[in-house]
Amino acid sequence: MPGLSRRCARSRLFAIGVTVLSLLALPTALSGIAGAEDLPIHSIQNIFDPKSGPAETLYWLSILVLAICTGIFLVVGGLLTYAIIRYRRRGSHDDMEEPPQVYGSTAIELAWTVIPILIVVVLALVTARTIGELKGPLPIANNEELRIIGHRFWWEVRYPKYHVVTANEIHVPLNSRPEAAVTELTLESADVVHGFWVPQLNGKSWVVPNYRNTLWIKPYEAGIYLGNCTVICGDQHANMLIRVVVQNREDYNQWLENQQKPPVADPNVEKGRKEFVANSCGTCHSIEATAANGVFGPDLTHFMSRATLGAGVAPNDEDHLRAWLKDPQVLKPGCLMPNMKLEDKQVDEILAYLRTLK
Amino acid sequence: MANSTRTIDIGTAQAPARPGEERGTLTGWLQDLVFTVDHKKLGLMYIGTGWLFFVLAGSMATFIRLQLAVPSNHVVTPQEFNGLITMHGTVMIFFVAMPFAFGFANYIVPLQIGARDMAFPRLNAFSFWVTFLGGCLLFMSYFCAPGLYDAGGPPQVGWFALAPLNSSAFSRGPSVDYWSLSLLVTGIGSITGGVNVMVTIFCYRCKGMTLYRMPLFVWMIVVTMFLVIMFIPPLTAAQIMLMLERLLGATFFDTQAGGSAILWQHFFWIFGHPEVYILVLPAFGIVSEVVPVFSRKPIFGYPAMVAASVVIGFISAGVWAHHMFTVGMSPFSTTFFAFSTLLIAIPTGIKIFNWLATMYGGKIRFEVPMLFCIGFLFQFLIAGLTGVMLGVAPFDWQLNDSYFVIAHFHYVIVGAIIFAVFAGTYYWYPKAFGRMLSKKLGLWHFWLFTIGFHLTFDPQHISGILGMPRRIYTYQPGRGWEIWNLISTIGVIFQGAAAVIFVFNMFWSYWKGKQAGEDPWDAWTLEWVTSSPPPEYNFEKLPEVLSRRPLWDLKHPDDPDWKYE
Repeated sequence: MPGLSRRCARSRLFAIGVTVLSLLALPTALSGIAGAEDLPIHSIQNIFDPKSGPAETLYWLSILVLAICTGIFLVVGGLLTYAIIRYRRRGSHDDMEEPPQVYGSTAIELAWTVIPILIVVVLALVTARTIGELKGPLPIANNEELRIIGHRFWWEVRYPKYHVVTANEIHVPLNSRPEAAVTELTLESADVVHGFWVPQLNGKSWVVPNYRNTLWIKPYEAGIYLGNCTVICGDQHANMLIRVVVQNREDYNQWLENQQKPPVADPNVEKGRKEFVANSCGTCHSIEATAANGVFGPDLTHFMSRATLGAGVAPNDEDHLRAWLKDPQVLKPGCLMPNMKLEDKQVDEILAYLRTLK
Repeated sequence: MANSTRTIDIGTAQAPARPGEERGTLTGWLQDLVFTVDHKKLGLMYIGTGWLFFVLAGSMATFIRLQLAVPSNHVVTPQEFNGLITMHGTVMIFFVAMPFAFGFANYIVPLQIGARDMAFPRLNAFSFWVTFLGGCLLFMSYFCAPGLYDAGGPPQVGWFALAPLNSSAFSRGPSVDYWSLSLLVTGIGSITGGVNVMVTIFCYRCKGMTLYRMPLFVWMIVVTMFLVIMFIPPLTAAQIMLMLERLLGATFFDTQAGGSAILWQHFFWIFGHPEVYILVLPAFGIVSEVVPVFSRKPIFGYPAMVAASVVIGFISAGVWAHHMFTVGMSPFSTTFFAFSTLLIAIPTGIKIFNWLATMYGGKIRFEVPMLFCIGFLFQFLIAGLTGVMLGVAPFDWQLNDSYFVIAHFHYVIVGAIIFAVFAGTYYWYPKAFGRMLSKKLGLWHFWLFTIGFHLTFDPQHISGILGMPRRIYTYQPGRGWEIWNLISTIGVIFQGAAAVIFVFNMFWSYWKGKQAGEDPWDAWTLEWVTSSPPPEYNFEKLPEVLSRRPLWDLKHPDDPDWKYE
């Protein structure tokens, strides 16, 4: 449905107006966190600049609603301004006599009741239609299915079809012409209520414990999309960030393949691996083919394939990882990983080991 | 204030003054403050309480804005930030806006309906003190239970304290208990207050004041109090459930024991949405008094205004789940609540048009109360339209939980309600204290506050559109939010300056203001027929009315209103 021509033809004036000032600050910031991917980062998540099927549907509805509301504002605001200017008191002679006392008019009252009713009917109909379109059955049957589980303060990402478990970075295939690709996200929570929102891909959905919500996306532009947890869930609600990596089918399959492999057992970092297990890191974290099988923290089997640390709080490079291992509470105060009080030597060894988990 | 009445009070003239009751001593004043059952004093105490907490919660907002002024800022810790937003929201709703609603109702309603006091004066004092106690209880969380790790300090759950974050597993220590108890206690004060005002209005109107001749302010208060009595109890019930859960191990909302997180949201919002109308209807009432007087015309379409308010009251009972469009409701429920929400736009539109038509053809006097009402009209129009956008459920899937929502409800609560409270304060201050508020300072206050308001809240619409979620204590650079947050923080300076001027004006005018006389605005309702400030018994002889504008009839015997009604 979202053909290229339609996207190009769309007026982006509003989107540009909103973002132009913000763009000035962009290049300094996130360019360092690009990671291994060669994809553009969509860090400005303007809801009026959609990049996915459902977000585009929402965009067109938003434009209609915005247009109607702007129209109402101009008419009513204009009338208010007119009345205020035209009927202002013009000097003391106006105090001598009161203006004509008008108590009401049934005809006028009826007019301004009926017109809003008509507008409301229009809005209600398009609302119902869009709800049906986005909450109804999925457009194609053969889709990718992901389980996303919100934890305080990170996202667990599971690909049940491929037995892949990862965290915070969600890889999905690009929807392209020969092969449609729709990804369905099933949202669950391990603890409190969270909210999952990547504006350019779809609207948000809450992530509620004991409850299963779904969202689907149909992205038509490759890139990395940033999103946030939207519901206060504790101290680090702000740093519960989402990265969705939209890539073409080949890259996606290659990524899946890599994720399915067991981690490389590099003999040079054997010490670090032992330290990792000995310091009970494995109580919370899992690394395939080791004794570490915890489920409370992110799976680290392919840790180095991810671009960020601590659900997006810092780039996943050596310096930040060292700081994180020394005391996660400095980078992300209030996160649930405690300071393990490791000695510098232990930190170095564990660091060297983790850096091999490509 | 009380002393001006003593000369007329024959009964106590010969009795010796009791200790502390002498003229003007501090102890006398304090004693009077504590023991008074006079609706006017209690009304002023409600409003004073509102301003006190307004200053506190406003300073909290300043810290929130400072923290967010630039990305990756370190003014406060994440824990402190979550405490600030929870306290700011809770205090502003329950201990600023609610006391304003009750304060104006208390002071104005008996005067406007020609009564000597409220129906139950001592219950009235009880309501006030219980509300005040609730506020203190909330702030006690700052001081109590230190020593436990993570347990001292204010609640950190957001003002609607979603389950299961509010459970003892995720919010350790007694902070949330204080929050819950505070709302429980305040709720009792609100319900008794609501009953009291309702009974007063239905049983104590003066001769000739039929329901159809009541001033619109009184009508709005009727609907408000109806909503208070109907919809505070669900909140109270929810707080009792939460206390049972936190202290005695019940599992209503505990998802790990089969409870439901959604249940809490239904309980909270079935209170929470009518609450918005509890707060905004008194504001409508104030505007419906001020706009006609300063346009020199009667309100346009009185019956339609009354009908619209009653309809808003009824519909507001069936829209609560529009706060939950993103929770994962079925398409049918989502559609239902989107429809009912959009429906509210119709009576609300009628109101705006009627205010507009009241000004149309008048001779508008730009006194300070009127300026605040004009600000109200524009801002409420925008708030209503962004409300329509949020009511369109699929649009809400994008906008909910974002700064767009923050901007929307601050447009309602500051841009409409607080502006109306300012208008009401400038309008009725002369009645309450016998002196006019300085117009010069009032103009400074109006313009600075309006500029500050728009600087702070207009950019938040845009950061919301750019995906900024609410309640984050920090954000990384490069998301396009920097400039909007910076402007927003700059706006706080203007609002703060305006608030200082306003408070100064209140005190300065109390001693130095121009004498007001009985009827400084040449108005038409009964409160302006008695002295300023009114005696304890309000009217020497209870008035009798023939129309909605008794003082108009008095001033224009050749062309009275009752001929046309």
